[in-house]
Amino acid sequence: MIKKDVLIIGAGPTGLFCAHQLGIIGLSCEIVDNLDKAGGQCIELYPDKPIYDIPAVPECTGEELTNNLLQQIKPFNVKFHLNERVEELKKAEDRWHVKTSGKQEFDVASIVIAGGVGSFEPRKFPLKECEKFEGSSIFYSIKDKTVFKDKTISIFGGGDSALDWAIELSNTSKVNLIHRRDGFSGAESSVQKVKELNDQGKINLYTKYQIYSVSGENNIQSVKIKHDDGETKEFKTDYVLGFFGLIMQLGPILDWGLNINKKAIEVNTENFETNIDGIFAIGDICTYPGKLKLILSGFHEGALAARGCFKYAKPDEKLRFEFTTTSKAAQERLGVKK
Amino acid sequence: MAKINYITHDNQTHTIDVQNGLTVMEGAVQNDIPGIDADCGGGMACATCHVYVNEEWLDKLPSKEDGEEDMLDMAFEPKQNSRLSCQLTVSDELDGLVVNIPSKQV
Repeated sequence: MIKKDVLIIGAGPTGLFCAHQLGIIGLSCEIVDNLDKAGGQCIELYPDKPIYDIPAVPECTGEELTNNLLQQIKPFNVKFHLNERVEELKKAEDRWHVKTSGKQEFDVASIVIAGGVGSFEPRKFPLKECEKFEGSSIFYSIKDKTVFKDKTISIFGGGDSALDWAIELSNTSKVNLIHRRDGFSGAESSVQKVKELNDQGKINLYTKYQIYSVSGENNIQSVKIKHDDGETKEFKTDYVLGFFGLIMQLGPILDWGLNINKKAIEVNTENFETNIDGIFAIGDICTYPGKLKLILSGFHEGALAARGCFKYAKPDEKLRFEFTTTSKAAQERLGVKK
Repeated sequence: MAKINYITHDNQTHTIDVQNGLTVMEGAVQNDIPGIDADCGGGMACATCHVYVNEEWLDKLPSKEDGEEDMLDMAFEPKQNSRLSCQLTVSDELDGLVVNIPSKQV
């Protein structure tokens, strides 16, 4: 069990800056995030898109913002638990016990939920019957590509993941690539490569088709696809892969007894605490009258929530307000004290 | 101002007066029309404000910007008349627009 003052859920800009604010006032924290890297929506949705409304930063990309924030919290050696989702929450006297999908356990005085619009999960096929094959013959990500050797694989999607895997797997497998339109969102070079491989008969490309049905007993045996004009085709397949990007879901947080309003958690605006003592929510995931879903608002919320955490972590101490320009304690924590 | 008709998956029609300049997505969210999630808040980054536009309206809508079609690849059961409602800005010309909300957004 990892014992810390605070657990932050979500490594987006708001969670990262909250870690900084906790560090400045001398509280320890660790961060859990379901993605494989820090940055949240900034990294997952718009790493290359410029942002123009970060105070005192006229222009930066999602990736630059993330890197700067990581740089800013470096002095505090915050530990990240990536690829993990928070699953269980239990009250243990005046502390919280939290368990993650990776079986990591935390014992913390308070929790800051900076979960954006939820954790990122792969978007799945709309067909109900696909569920029973999930993990055995339907996949939304690839962990071990060797299972596909010498098999027939049907890949759905038109983005980089779909194109890259179609190209890669065509070396060792029979690949069908199915996409709902003629245009692709993946890199132009990959599109060209797929078209070449299609001409050479190494990939069977079907455009303007979408999945219609799948059939099989324990494993998938065949998949049926439907053209825009209504025509259907059915072919044998061993595996079906879907690459439709990621969606955001609140997940287990919904079951924690928090007051939820339109997929967001209600908080007070004094310290962004929820209806449950010791649980705070900041950034896009929180709501209150006048809430603006801006990164700068998330920074403000994180600064106040960090101070709200103090009384739970150090009930016998009083927090003094100090500036980093003059506070010796803060400068020591930042490792810049002369 | 334009009257926008939102038809939910259970075939209920919600007719809402939406101010010019707002998007069809905002008109739905501000009036609690069920079935439009708009997770990303209009950033064309999530495909959860997906609607099917009635055929006769398709030509009257602003054309798709780069990226909308890419995002629609990710939508739940996209069709040829699929649009992201965050990209449809309301004007007098759209008075009477009919959009169907899919059974799910994700």
